[in-house]
Amino acid sequence: MSAQAQATALQYAGDYAISARGLTRVFGKVRAVDGIDLDIPRAGIYGFLGPNGSGKSTTIRMLCGLLRPTSGTVNVLGHEMPRDAEQLRTRLGYMTQKFSLWDDLTVHENLQFMGQVFGLPAPRRKSRIDAAAAEFNLEQLFGQRAGTLSGGQRQRLALAAATLHEPELLLLDEPTSAVDPQSRRDFWESLFALVTRGVTILVSTHYMDEAERCHQLAILANGKLVAQGAPPRLMTDIAAKVVEVEAIDTPAARHALLADPAVLSVAQLGTRLHVLLDPAQQDPAERIAARLREAGVDGESTLVRASLEDVFVAATGFGRGNGDRAGG
Amino acid sequence: MLLRLLAITSKEVRQLSRDRLTFGMIIGIPLMQILLFGYAINFDVRDLRAAVVDDAKTSHSRALVADLEATGVIELAAPSPNVPDLTRRMASGEVSVGIVIPADFERRRMGGDRAIAQVLIDGSEPMVDSVARALASVPLPARAGDYRSHTPAFEVRTEYNPERRTAVQVVPALIGVILNMTMVIFTAAAIVRERERGNLELLIATPIRSWELMAGKLLPYVLIGLIQTTLILTVGARIFDVPINGSLLDLYLAAALFIAATLTLGLVISTFARTQFQAFQMSFLTLLPSILLSGFVFPFDGMPRLAQLIAQLLPLTHFVEIIRGIVLRGAPLAAMQVPALKLVVFFIVALAIATLRFRKRLD
Repeated sequence: MSAQAQATALQYAGDYAISARGLTRVFGKVRAVDGIDLDIPRAGIYGFLGPNGSGKSTTIRMLCGLLRPTSGTVNVLGHEMPRDAEQLRTRLGYMTQKFSLWDDLTVHENLQFMGQVFGLPAPRRKSRIDAAAAEFNLEQLFGQRAGTLSGGQRQRLALAAATLHEPELLLLDEPTSAVDPQSRRDFWESLFALVTRGVTILVSTHYMDEAERCHQLAILANGKLVAQGAPPRLMTDIAAKVVEVEAIDTPAARHALLADPAVLSVAQLGTRLHVLLDPAQQDPAERIAARLREAGVDGESTLVRASLEDVFVAATGFGRGNGDRAGG
Repeated sequence: MLLRLLAITSKEVRQLSRDRLTFGMIIGIPLMQILLFGYAINFDVRDLRAAVVDDAKTSHSRALVADLEATGVIELAAPSPNVPDLTRRMASGEVSVGIVIPADFERRRMGGDRAIAQVLIDGSEPMVDSVARALASVPLPARAGDYRSHTPAFEVRTEYNPERRTAVQVVPALIGVILNMTMVIFTAAAIVRERERGNLELLIATPIRSWELMAGKLLPYVLIGLIQTTLILTVGARIFDVPINGSLLDLYLAAALFIAATLTLGLVISTFARTQFQAFQMSFLTLLPSILLSGFVFPFDGMPRLAQLIAQLLPLTHFVEIIRGIVLRGAPLAAMQVPALKLVVFFIVALAIATLRFRKRLD
């Protein structure tokens, strides 16, 4: 990495919780993370959206110093990573993708252990554990072994453990991938509560609804950062026009539309189809309606505002990479 | 920082107390081993099946056979009519010792310049030596009027183990073998287990330092090792009558030193292994040379140079030397500084290797 790029990374450090330039990680022949630039503002929720294998976990692991980048620089809270990783440990909270507290210890023992390992003195440890128990509704579970908890309970415990030492920056790797919708909603409430206290949160997800809740979002695909910005902004700036088609015979409609070169992708949402078209089209709804008439398929077509899912499809190359244009 | 180290230690103790199988192993393995080794390993040979080919058939030849049987080393089966029959019975495993008394037995006996009889021993079993020695030392039956005494050239006195009981030789060193077996496996699995269960990724994202993690994992097992030592010594004294001639304090100090050394060996293994299965395999890889080369089974001085050099790298070698000194010869630990220092060096070097090899990273 050049001296100039390094200087840029340092300059950003003041305003951002995390800055990364040209972040790359190669495993053998696979470029798991490929030249990512990131600027993550303080006191907000920053989301990583991407399918499995898009490089979300690898990026998070590099940001908290668990993996060394093959190339590129990372600046976290004004410190260079991974060089200063150990100094930053008490200021970071990390929640792994897989539940990684101890199954054979009770909820209270797990919290106690984490408090000790983070060096909290006994009185503060006690008050923090009590506060975490109240906040994450864990009091009744204190004596229960972590291995016997439900998915939602485990995740509350993991978040309580990760925030016990009151970190400034919280890195959460797919924290909600194994929990029910109600637990997911509660979990996000907790995240917003943390943000109001000034905590910066980086969270990876593959749920669109969660991605939409983030203040800032980065879309990752095949190790590359393909779009970055606030979700509403990403939806207005989408490089496509979106037409929603209401049709009875959706397979026929889809078949007819995919034949049009102006159509970039067709995705099914229930009985409706979301059709992404070349943004140069002047009247995309009419064009789609004409195509359907030509093919003899009944259907209503309306120009609509792009959803985050459309943004995702557009940002990841309209699903062309895997040969299925209607992917997403 | 002490808080973090103790956090690891108390977590380890909690987890251990909840793992019934491992907890059982702490008591079960030493108990099983000492009973097994104490009873089964017996270098004194007795009651081997033997057959006689007596071509002389004189009163003296019968007296010789009776004397041989009286040693207790052999137990006579039906005699064989000839040597080919005897070799056939030996090959089939029916008898393991054959005694051939030639037809000219009486003449050989008078002449005194040739061996008077032949003893055939099944060399496929690990006892040839002691059988040969026991049988060859039987004096010729005295003949009326023969007043020549059969005084042996040397009188052998076995110091520290006058009755030459195997248990006395085996049990003290067995402390080392058993500790070696359990301690290495415990710590070899300790870090790999965290890795396998996914706890390691969380653990390395905390401020814990490598040496705190290593030392914290080690501490509880030192105590467990000392408990095992006590168990083996008690069983050794009660069941096998093995005396403890030296100071108990010295003995426990030496044991603690050895325990620390074997535990760090386990930690080193733990930093190499990716799975618990690999950790177990590697533990056994260190166990076999330890048992064979440490002087536990074979006398150290009789081993080839290379084997002796390898043995120097194994903590068990030094511990066997120390523990036999303390338990049997009543020597103070201070008199065995060299092997004790070797254990200290082993501990420091292994702990350094384990700490340096353990990186708080995933790559």
